[in-house]
Amino acid sequence: MSTDTVEPAATTEMVKMNGMQAINAALMEAMEADPKVLVLGEDVADREGGGVIGVTRGLSTKFGDLRVRSTPIAEQAIIGAAIGAAMGGYKPVAEIMLMNFTTVAMDMIVNHAAKLRFMSGGQSQVPLVIRTLTGAGNQTAGQHADFYEAWFCHTAGIKVVIPWTPADFKGLYLSAIQDPDPVMIIESGKTLFVPMDTPVNQGPIPLGKAQVVQEGSDVTIVSYGQMMFTVMQAVAELAEAGISAEVINLRTISPWDKEAVLASAEKTGRLLIVHEAGKNFGPGAEIAATVQEALFGKLKAPVGRLGAPYCAVPFAKKLEDAYLVQPPAVVAEAKKLCAQG
Amino acid sequence: MTETLTNRASPDAATQLDIYRRMLRIERNDEFTRAQIRQGRITAPYYSARGQEAIPSSISVLLNDDDKICTIYRGIHDMVAKDMPLRPLWAEISGRVDGTCKGKGGPMHLTHPETGVMVTTGIVGSSMPIANGFGWAALLDGSKQVTVAYFGDGASNIGAFHEALNLASVWKLPVIFVCQNNGFAEHTRYENGTSVDFIAKRAIGYGMPGYTVDGNDPLDVYAHAHAAIERARAGEGPTLLECKTFRFMGHVFGDADAYMDPAEKEAAKEFDPMPRFRQKLIDDGIATEAQLEELKAKIEAEVKDAIEFAQSCEYPSDDELRRDVFAEEIPA
Repeated sequence: MSTDTVEPAATTEMVKMNGMQAINAALMEAMEADPKVLVLGEDVADREGGGVIGVTRGLSTKFGDLRVRSTPIAEQAIIGAAIGAAMGGYKPVAEIMLMNFTTVAMDMIVNHAAKLRFMSGGQSQVPLVIRTLTGAGNQTAGQHADFYEAWFCHTAGIKVVIPWTPADFKGLYLSAIQDPDPVMIIESGKTLFVPMDTPVNQGPIPLGKAQVVQEGSDVTIVSYGQMMFTVMQAVAELAEAGISAEVINLRTISPWDKEAVLASAEKTGRLLIVHEAGKNFGPGAEIAATVQEALFGKLKAPVGRLGAPYCAVPFAKKLEDAYLVQPPAVVAEAKKLCAQG
Repeated sequence: MTETLTNRASPDAATQLDIYRRMLRIERNDEFTRAQIRQGRITAPYYSARGQEAIPSSISVLLNDDDKICTIYRGIHDMVAKDMPLRPLWAEISGRVDGTCKGKGGPMHLTHPETGVMVTTGIVGSSMPIANGFGWAALLDGSKQVTVAYFGDGASNIGAFHEALNLASVWKLPVIFVCQNNGFAEHTRYENGTSVDFIAKRAIGYGMPGYTVDGNDPLDVYAHAHAAIERARAGEGPTLLECKTFRFMGHVFGDADAYMDPAEKEAAKEFDPMPRFRQKLIDDGIATEAQLEELKAKIEAEVKDAIEFAQSCEYPSDDELRRDVFAEEIPA
């Protein structure tokens, strides 16, 4: 099975840290090791507080204001400058504060960052990382919380990464920064703030490889980002009900680890995909279609999908809770699949 | 009017001749391109820059190979002025594998880093934000390299222009923003789509010098480009040059020009930079009629050779669909 090959050894020294600290550590390490690594975005320098929530704190003080640049609130200008700098030999990490703000930089991301290598016949390289934050759960409503990863997965030429644990953040950032192609890394509230045990010397985690978080035999559950917390809660409950779930943390959404998901789905015969993005045309649809094409006849139940309903992210807490996939929904869907075949 | 340049640099005789060489290379290349499309020998969207030859030619004589340009779909003149070789250019617009982009970009996305042709965009306004990034890289490198962002008058109304000029000014980037104002944004007349009489006035809002230049006069373009490039190389920041000119061949090749008054086009011929500058070189004793004819023959031979070369090249294999999406080839 193609799974993560850089799991910490039993003797690895662990430390409690959260996602923010892990990203900061990755950027520090990458900038120290490689003078070509740059950071830009709104408020990222220490003069502006080192980022709105402090992820980039300390970088400009350590590496100078020319390598770590706060920008005007001008997302096209941010991504444009990052593209040019990347083509000029640098490795910029550009922050678009919130994922909904990528909408005003779509031309730069989709028409340029993603396509310049292809349109130039391989002459142009755009080794750029776009960091962006999103996710429902904080009552930020319809323009501050969307998961739009499917848009970028649908665009050839840009990789899409959604980490879950602080170790994911550290390892996936280290890989993304050194990747020769544009990579978008999507962060979300819970993944940034929940402290978890993390290897002190977490090294790069390869892009495009999923992690089997726990092995199981009855059903495979694939998820990523903060929805992994929901899945892990549900899985504990399923275990009490005697259902053994295999859990895959997808990590990279495009290009995704087909090999790992197919191997697991073939083993368990049942697959459930859980994401925060809308279910309609969501990444789950692509995964389900691929799995059914490859494993039709070998599956014990139709592929299940859970995602957000077809509406904007609502404000009222009651509605927001109903909008998000909750652990009982995962439990119910997994039980439904396991009742078949 | 906009700002007036006080210290005007003048090109010497050899430089004037070099400007004319570049202009003629653009004009001949354009003529042959239109003929090839008309004859059905190549099929490609083509945005002729006939009439705009003086602008990039007068700027490019001030640039080195490692100075960069970011240009737009109406930009082949900008590349030819930068001395991009014609063989890979023609192979590209003919969709052949020996094209500079292996036939995967075409006329709207020609790229040739060896001559500094870094990005050609089909999106109005998008040359500017990317040019800033090259400017930032030059500052980080500690080099004296400059980047020219070419765009049209229509692009001065899109958000990218405003975001890019603001950032370039705040960061003091070595970028020259060159607006080739040909009076039409696609089919819309300048005054029906633009809020100011001179685009260069918009430079005031971004704290940088802005000049309105006679884009049909190589000496005027040269003087202003010289000042802008010197300023950029000295680390003093960007400049906006508005070069006023005329677009003789409509928006896209095949465009019926119904929105344009024929009398206006007729009147513009008087300011066509090609015959005017040719006559000036002869009048000033910089070149003889015979020398210029010889130059023309040489350039036409270069263009014909490029066309023949392109036609002899293979079309790209379908495997190219899996290549250059990422650095690593996508498995079949």
